[in-house]
Amino acid sequence: MATLRDVKRKIEAVKKTSQITKAMNMVAASKLRTAQQNMEKFHPYALKFREFIGRLAAGVEDTKAYSLLTPKEEVKSVELLLITADRGLCGSFNTNLLVAAERFIRAKKAEGIEVSLVNAGRKAKDYFRRRPVKVRDSYTGLLNKVAYEDARRIGGDLIDQFETGSADEVYVIYSHFINIAKQQASLVKLLPITPAAGEEGATPFEYLFEPSHQALLTDLLPNYIYVQVLESLYQTSVGEHASRMAAMENATSNCKELVKTLTLTYNKARQAGITKELMDIVGGAEALKK
Amino acid sequence: MADKIILEIVTPERKVVSETVDIVVAPGEMGEFGVLPGHIAFLCKLRVGELRYRQGAASHQIAVMGGYAEVLNNQVTILATAAEAAVEIDVIRAKAARERAERRLAESKDKFDFVRAQAALQRALARLKIAER
Repeated sequence: MATLRDVKRKIEAVKKTSQITKAMNMVAASKLRTAQQNMEKFHPYALKFREFIGRLAAGVEDTKAYSLLTPKEEVKSVELLLITADRGLCGSFNTNLLVAAERFIRAKKAEGIEVSLVNAGRKAKDYFRRRPVKVRDSYTGLLNKVAYEDARRIGGDLIDQFETGSADEVYVIYSHFINIAKQQASLVKLLPITPAAGEEGATPFEYLFEPSHQALLTDLLPNYIYVQVLESLYQTSVGEHASRMAAMENATSNCKELVKTLTLTYNKARQAGITKELMDIVGGAEALKK
Repeated sequence: MADKIILEIVTPERKVVSETVDIVVAPGEMGEFGVLPGHIAFLCKLRVGELRYRQGAASHQIAVMGGYAEVLNNQVTILATAAEAAVEIDVIRAKAARERAERRLAESKDKFDFVRAQAALQRALARLKIAER
């Protein structure tokens, strides 16, 4: 059995850890709130944008005129934008994303398709540094403050890859935010664009366009990619904080449990010590009597 | 037919305006256009400039930094890259931006820089015009 002093030291250590996890939990909670607010503020824009694209694309008969809508005849190489957090200590959040990416890469390689990777997030960058995957570019520090400018830069770069033919398809893996307790690593195809025309494609309104239908759509399509990227970033950032909050909550409650069992061990050891001493005294007294 | 139109201006950062108004005048790519109730369905690209709307006797100005506009069933939706009402505009910052852009315009050699500086100047001017009214 551990000595009294050892147990006591351990209890102190666990208590300190629980203070840290508790603080991290609260920090994550407040960051989560801001991140969620930002995401909600962006939501109407994304929604309207999708409606726009849906309506404009519904009237298109010949997709050949728009390079971003046209699927390549033969897919030889794909590009994957992988969004993860910059920091750890958030449960299985990053691992889930990395596993999803790994699986995607393996599947594509099995089909004989080359995959090049764009990492957004330090965890993704570190993970793929020593792995046999072609990493074309890496960004870090995006999720601290999700900004339209960043989404535009990344999106623009991806579009370039697609248009120059370096990539025949572009995908993104991000953490889809379902609710605070649930996030899911999701794979979405960015390019070529497949507009969600199902909603009200049946009622195409007769619009007046300015400058022209084609000019408008050509102008809108790249922006649509930016919006998609931005939304993925927002969702991942909210997911990161939610995930960290949950992980730290768990850690704190585990600490408490550990302190409880350790205190029990401590008291038992103390009691055993006292009993032993008593036995000695009683034994001594008995011996004197004789 | 309704005699009011619903105006919504959204940007990636926030929803700027969501109101029932009488008339909207927006800076279209090919010239300013006005929207009154009963307007035909219309989609258009916006340039950097000033968007005005009137609510009864009160009229408002918003600086719009480019984007798209849609008119449908007496509803005007503006998807702007950025948009600010007169009271929100940071005049000092806009002035600094104007000076910076003017300096760059004078200095810039290649075309790319020139175009960027020009766009920056336009944004600064649009903001100042509205803020100083």
